[in-house]
Amino acid sequence: MSDLIDAFQVAGKAFFGFQAIFFALLAIGINVHFGYTGLLNFGQIAFAMLGGFGIAISVSQWGLPFWVGVLIAIGSAIVLALLLGLPTLRLRADYLAIVTIAVAEGLRLLFRSVSATPVTGGTRGLSAFNGSFIALAPWDTQKRYNILGTSWSGGELWVALIGWLIVTLFTLLVWQLMRSPWGRVVKAIREDEDAVRALGKNVYNYKMQALVLGGLIGAFGGMVYAVGTGSAIPDQYQNANTFLAYGALILGGAARVLGPVIGSMILLFILQFADTGLRALISNGAIPDTLFSSTDVAQIRFVLVGIGLMLLLVFRPQGIFGDRREVMLDAR
Amino acid sequence: MPAEPTAHGAHAAVPDETPAAAPTRESAAGRVPQRLAQAALKDLPWEVGVSKPDPAIVVDKVTRSFGGLTAVSVDHLEVQRGGITGLIGPNGAGKTTLFNLLTGFDQPNTGTWSFDGRDLGKLSPHQVARLGVVRTFQLTKALSRLTVLQNMLLGAQDQKGESFLRALLPGAWRRQEKENTEKAMDLLRRFKLDAKKDDFAGILSGGQRKLLEMARALMSDPKVVMLDEPMAGVNPALTQSLLGHVKDLREEGMTVIFVEHDMDVVRDISDWVVVMAAGRIIAEGPPESISQNKAVVDAYLGAHHDAPLTVEEEDRVLAEADAALGREDGLPPGRPGTDEISSDGSTR
Amino acid sequence: MLTLLVAAFGMAFALLVPGIAAAVGESVTGTLQTSKSGPIQGVEVKVATADGNEIQSVDTDENGRFSIPVPGPGQYVVTLAEGDLPAGVDLGTNGDSVTVTVGPGRAQPVLFGLVDGTSNAGGGSIEAVQLLVDGIRFGLLIAVCAVGLSLIFGTTGLTNFAHGELVTIGAVIAWYINVRGGVPLVPATIIAMIAGAGVGILNERGLWRPLRRRGTGLVAALVVSIGLSLVLRYLIQIVYGGFSNPYADYQSQRAVDYGVFTMTNRSLASIAVSVVVLVLVALMLQRTKIGKAMRAVSDNRDLAASSGIDVDRVILVVWMMGGALATLGGVLLGLSDQVQWDMGFRLLLLMFAGVTLGGLGTAYGALVGSLIVGVFVQMSTLIIPSDVKYVGGLLLLIVILVVRPQGILGSRARIG
Repeated sequence: MSDLIDAFQVAGKAFFGFQAIFFALLAIGINVHFGYTGLLNFGQIAFAMLGGFGIAISVSQWGLPFWVGVLIAIGSAIVLALLLGLPTLRLRADYLAIVTIAVAEGLRLLFRSVSATPVTGGTRGLSAFNGSFIALAPWDTQKRYNILGTSWSGGELWVALIGWLIVTLFTLLVWQLMRSPWGRVVKAIREDEDAVRALGKNVYNYKMQALVLGGLIGAFGGMVYAVGTGSAIPDQYQNANTFLAYGALILGGAARVLGPVIGSMILLFILQFADTGLRALISNGAIPDTLFSSTDVAQIRFVLVGIGLMLLLVFRPQGIFGDRREVMLDAR
Repeated sequence: MPAEPTAHGAHAAVPDETPAAAPTRESAAGRVPQRLAQAALKDLPWEVGVSKPDPAIVVDKVTRSFGGLTAVSVDHLEVQRGGITGLIGPNGAGKTTLFNLLTGFDQPNTGTWSFDGRDLGKLSPHQVARLGVVRTFQLTKALSRLTVLQNMLLGAQDQKGESFLRALLPGAWRRQEKENTEKAMDLLRRFKLDAKKDDFAGILSGGQRKLLEMARALMSDPKVVMLDEPMAGVNPALTQSLLGHVKDLREEGMTVIFVEHDMDVVRDISDWVVVMAAGRIIAEGPPESISQNKAVVDAYLGAHHDAPLTVEEEDRVLAEADAALGREDGLPPGRPGTDEISSDGSTR
Repeated sequence: MLTLLVAAFGMAFALLVPGIAAAVGESVTGTLQTSKSGPIQGVEVKVATADGNEIQSVDTDENGRFSIPVPGPGQYVVTLAEGDLPAGVDLGTNGDSVTVTVGPGRAQPVLFGLVDGTSNAGGGSIEAVQLLVDGIRFGLLIAVCAVGLSLIFGTTGLTNFAHGELVTIGAVIAWYINVRGGVPLVPATIIAMIAGAGVGILNERGLWRPLRRRGTGLVAALVVSIGLSLVLRYLIQIVYGGFSNPYADYQSQRAVDYGVFTMTNRSLASIAVSVVVLVLVALMLQRTKIGKAMRAVSDNRDLAASSGIDVDRVILVVWMMGGALATLGGVLLGLSDQVQWDMGFRLLLLMFAGVTLGGLGTAYGALVGSLIVGVFVQMSTLIIPSDVKYVGGLLLLIVILVVRPQGILGSRARIG
């Protein structure tokens, strides 16, 4: 029983930790792409990787100031979005899906390759690039603080604070955009591109803008994650994270402003709870060793996410809070 | 291509001048372009490719083929400004493909076409639309998860708030949005959809969607309206109201081109009829000329028929021909809203 | 229904899992060798925990072997000193360090995937021929896997991201039958192909047909297939483990010299099997009633249905065929690159590249496109390092999309 209370506390920290921020930002970006504009970006993690490595490479390899690193990260995410969008946004939706998934995998392979090691640190990645950012914290970053029964280091707290600030800003931005005529156009594109073309809107431009915006938000997710963990390792940016973020988005409700944020918090809570809980159950023998061992827990999480994604899509595509009526209208 | 600023004001003012009840528009009938168009077309010879006194759209040597099949091959066609031109022909005649070509949704293999003397070749659909040539689709494209009012607002042109950066400053677009909303509500009242303004478009009936699509097109103050089977799938009660709306468009000075299967409708509202078969234009002339035209009869019946048809016979024959062609296309008979070339320009 | 499906897959694996050996003392082991150089002695290999604490480092013995005990189950990073490698031997796709998960009581094999220096020995043109031949083998293999993917897309419109898992499942089933069951590889492959066809049927009957009946949209179905891919991939990892294992047969072959290129007999067999199977598929599509029906459904589903073709049955056969072919492709891939839990997923991207290149939904397009992708990926190593060769294949995909989005054999109409 006490194991479960422990699990609950660890999970409670996951609720607010930079993992949740990371997924929230990935999912806000995907919400702009998929939820509002109907773009199938299945390589959101590539934007996050460019965000994280943008800072890491600039600071620890090229010796540039932290904020220049942030600018480089932003710039490379924009360039990636343009490169992805140029060939595919004129084509049917699946082409973007295939290309994004391919690029996400390809970039990771490239970053961890031997030939890229002098720049990216290869499989071991880069570290020691967040010092000047942590130093900005107005409190002692070495001390540990107890908040609501969970323990945080000062640095973690600082990154989490700024991270949630970024989440709030982007949420407000998306909220404002989606109640504007611009948002009306992208939502209409999601419903039927040709109808929007026939009304004199340059659909290609809007799709590109949405792709860049969503990718940029994803890049900020990568930056928060890299700065929070203090390291950037290519294999941290497995594309399974993109699907986790899709899970979070659909859980919280696609095309809702707060959907991705709430979804990420719930998802992380569930994942962390399942993780700690499963480990506890395995270690005290409630789940027999012959069925699963504690090393399988990480995989079981992905299995659960996959099952969850399928069940949600089939039975509650509107998310847990959504209005079924709206989704039934989905023509696609 | 921004519309002239005065156009907005002028059109926005129309509903104020004329009370909502449609029949009272008779008062303005003295100067209706309807009569002008009809009068202008009266003395023209009934032959293919005849030049019109005041053409809005001119098509020259346009061909489009899919694989080996020539879907459209139009040598010369002019469309009179301010008139209603009906485009008829059996299924697979290339009507929708011609629509797609004219509005930039498809690119032809050869040929040129222009609107008001401006070349439309190589323009993308949204550029064509901004010039004032708007279209509707055979399979209605109501934007399901937008409300009826949002659907309407989307039709308005030159919206400041549709630019990414200005969207972030509500002050920059709020006033224009209010004006557009008023205009949209006026149109919705005219089309009797105002009570549904906050409903999702996806829950409207088929006929209401057709109305909405037409009303949405009108939000852009178009010069040419191209309607692809506006009556298909609409229940008879709504047909009359839709017909009235199409006639209203002409009365407001717009040029209307529409594809239709129902000969009664075509006869009722067209000033001029163009008949297509197998991608070519085989006849054109005023509605009354069509049932006497040998090429048309041949196209629908094969070449072995010589006696002219009565109206009833003709309708029956057309319906049968449609049904037969429908079967060939793999579609259930009696479903006119389905051409071989689907509305998005792709071969199904 | 979905849970049922998942449970069914789980069951299938559970039955195949033997009892976990109760040995104690975890370790990582491996052998450094390539077919040309033989065992490589005296290379320093270092083991560290996942958070970077070094545990021990040893040099490989005269057989190229190393075995390093580790404190317990968990994740470890194994690194070799690149500088110790003899001339002509290079790091492969895995780079100089490999992260492994050591199960309880397991001596975890580590595969660095060293590349031997055939290229350095021969001249440039000979190397090119060698790569071309290898590329043809790889391309044919991709084609065998991708035909099903393309036909499924053509007949149902589904972009199936779980197709890679069909490949992996097939390869893994064959591995269990071959290695654990002691059945020779050829009959094991045939049994696995039958099982693979069964997995295809399970996919269609347990998931996709019910979803079509429910009217699930294509985009939703696409996301569902991604979910399915995740579930299957990680279930495979749980059941099979994160290891690379070879099949029991045909492993110790030496390359035969054919003058301008060398090739092992198993690679030659791989090419022969692929060609025969692809020709059979083409004949089936061209000549048999069911094949014609498949093409008809791909071309125009409504038309096919109205001319009396049982569309559901055709789709079921397509899934069976897709499952069996994916299994065969998986076994061929396992022969050349060993069996791994995510082998199909990594191949999936190249399959998509091939299918898109050839034209989505056309069976022959998949064939031609895959062949081009395979050859391109192998030949690209003339210019780019071999560990980023997949990236080259993906770049090709993007370039093709810019130049000819409908693919080589696709019709323009399909791209909408």
